[in-house]
Amino acid sequence: MRTLAYIIQKEFIQLFRNKVMVRIIFVLPLIQLIILSYTATFEIKMIKLHIVDFDRSKTARDLTGHFSGSPFYKIIEYSSSNKLGEQDILAGRVQQIISIPAGFEKDLNTTGQAKVQIVTDAIDGAAAALMNAYTLSIIQDFNINLLVESSGLSAEEPILTTWSFWYNPELNYKNYMVPGILVLLVTIISMFLSGMNLVKEKEIGTIEQINVTPIKKYQFIIGKLLPYWIVALVELAFGLTLARILFNIPLLGNVWLIFLVAAVYLLVTLGLALLISTRTNTQQQAMFLSWFFLVIFILMSGLFTSVDSMPQWAKIINWFNPIAYFVEIIRMIMLKGSGFMDIARSLFLLGGYAVFALSLAVWQYRKTA
Amino acid sequence: MEHLDPGTLEPWNFGTLELWNIGTLEPWNPGTLEHWNPGTLEHWNPGTLNNMRGFIIKEFYHIFRDVRTMIILFGMPVVQILLFGFALTNEIKNARIAVLDYSKDDVTAEILAKITSSGYFILEENLVSENQIEDKFRQGKIKQVIIFEDNFAESIENGKKAGIHIIGDASDPNTANLLANYTQAIIKDYQASLLMSQSAIPVLITPEPKLLFNPELKSVFMFVPGIITILLMLVCAMMTSISIAREKEIGTMEILLVSPLKPIHIILGKVTPYVVLSLINAISILLLGYFVFGMPMRGNLVLLLLEAILFIFMALSMGILISTISKTQQIALMISLAGLMLPTILLSGFIFPVENMPEVLQIISNLMPSKWFIIIIKGIMLKGVGLQYIWKETLIIILMTAFFIGLSVRNFKIRLT
Repeated sequence: MRTLAYIIQKEFIQLFRNKVMVRIIFVLPLIQLIILSYTATFEIKMIKLHIVDFDRSKTARDLTGHFSGSPFYKIIEYSSSNKLGEQDILAGRVQQIISIPAGFEKDLNTTGQAKVQIVTDAIDGAAAALMNAYTLSIIQDFNINLLVESSGLSAEEPILTTWSFWYNPELNYKNYMVPGILVLLVTIISMFLSGMNLVKEKEIGTIEQINVTPIKKYQFIIGKLLPYWIVALVELAFGLTLARILFNIPLLGNVWLIFLVAAVYLLVTLGLALLISTRTNTQQQAMFLSWFFLVIFILMSGLFTSVDSMPQWAKIINWFNPIAYFVEIIRMIMLKGSGFMDIARSLFLLGGYAVFALSLAVWQYRKTA
Repeated sequence: MEHLDPGTLEPWNFGTLELWNIGTLEPWNPGTLEHWNPGTLEHWNPGTLNNMRGFIIKEFYHIFRDVRTMIILFGMPVVQILLFGFALTNEIKNARIAVLDYSKDDVTAEILAKITSSGYFILEENLVSENQIEDKFRQGKIKQVIIFEDNFAESIENGKKAGIHIIGDASDPNTANLLANYTQAIIKDYQASLLMSQSAIPVLITPEPKLLFNPELKSVFMFVPGIITILLMLVCAMMTSISIAREKEIGTMEILLVSPLKPIHIILGKVTPYVVLSLINAISILLLGYFVFGMPMRGNLVLLLLEAILFIFMALSMGILISTISKTQQIALMISLAGLMLPTILLSGFIFPVENMPEVLQIISNLMPSKWFIIIIKGIMLKGVGLQYIWKETLIIILMTAFFIGLSVRNFKIRLT
């Protein structure tokens, strides 16, 4: 026990005497929280529009008015040349062209049918789909107005749709991102730093010195991993405080439940880090291997994109993705106030994962070092 | 498994390398070079050219003999692009919803059928009371609840307003907002068809949507340029900074500094293998995008490769700059992660459109070289534009490169401490 305490003490001294590292550990979350939480939004606030109007009639102007009146659109250019519109799209000045053909009003009055072309820059497919949907819905509104006018049946729309958004009525995207970012934070500390730290002993050769001391393997492993487990939990507390003070993120559930989940989750990531360290000889390799898995884990986790929309095989891969579990759980606890019973199944799986990863890593460690 | 043992690897590593580097290369060099072209070269710096060649070859050995790193370096882009192409999408499909239908008549059944057949929604449950909603949301099983008011069909027939209420689980605000929009669009469609059937003459504007550059709205068109950029950043900036920091950390930098190689040659030797690696990587991603995902190449391929090389130089100069300010690999890694990777992913328009960010971050995003490079790639590949549309972006990257090189030359110290 005393040996263990000494190793842990040594690790802490090594970690904290490196002033740059300490600064990074505490500045990183700040940068991450600020940048990530403000940037990560798919919301489309403004669509830059070029209206190509060949008709120049009252109806055409009415339709244009529907767009200029909407807060989602900004009419950058109003012309009657398809070529100008095309150039604007190529140069990235506008995202959408609405082209009203000549004879638009006449067609509408005589045949009851008229066409409008909507040209969208679709490189960003998701955004294009959304822009298209907005524009179609504005034209549909316009249509309903026309129909109501012409039929004279009822002055208003027959169905009234209302909506409410629970847990986040203002649709504040930060509330959604910040809990996920906290997960990233503890993951980077526990997986990258501990993995690299373990390999460092190998790389600079000091592991041989440790191997000839009476320190037992389990003491060495615990001594190496425990400090990062503690640092990551402190980091989480720091991050939660920042989230509360700087971003006003609600914490509806039990804060200790979050720490319980984090404690289990960190065992998984530390186990993976240990496993990686047994397969690598230099810090560069370790970092690269961690990076490889981390990128896949992060991208698949549902942190940025929706897990529900993924194909089945991808969801199966996600069973082995610790980040996916923690991201889901922490969001449920913080934003919806889910209790222990709501998350019990995920937590149990995470616990099983931790046991598996750690025992595999310890077993592998004995074999190689 | 024998070769994994650090015990056998370490002594071999240092022994042969140092011996080979200084012992064999040095004496052999000056002789041959002088013999070859004594006039100009001697005056300039005897032996450097060959010295440097040897040094570059050594660096290549260093990287290529490490099979695991190689596998990752070449496997990572493949895995990432396949993941992005096949698994990840930022559209919403198959969202699970519940319905609370107080009316249960033909009209609500018809609207519900329209909603579930749209492909966006899967009806998970029929609720019977509003009290159930909270529980369902907490368990995270459903994303949205649609409530139909009592006497729905009757209200419409009598010209009264029939009410639909949509409740979204906005703990995921994006999804909630999108789903509410989709639902509303479907209801509006239904209303229009309802009105159409009632009115004598149909008066309608038919929108004809046309989606330029990416008619099938594939996410991968958006991700390929982003992944190329991230990978070039990773390989060039991160790997370079770490590999130079490594020489400092394990002490071999001193050996290099006392060798006849000039600092500039050490750096050039360090970065050359990474230039080759990242070019191979960039080309393999382009090929994958082209053959597997049908990503078009509408512009000039030569122009694209030249721009890629320019960006590689930019990333390398960034990597060198990071290495001048970090003493250990861990620090180099953390700076690269915090300073390069996150901004590259987030502020460049790779996943999240820059136009929707707060003003301040939009201004900061202008400082990200990756943002400009992504605009360039998209322009050339997808829009098929020439240099006249992207010269501004190109110039910005050139200026940034010059800035980073200038700064690292000023920071580079011949002495270690």
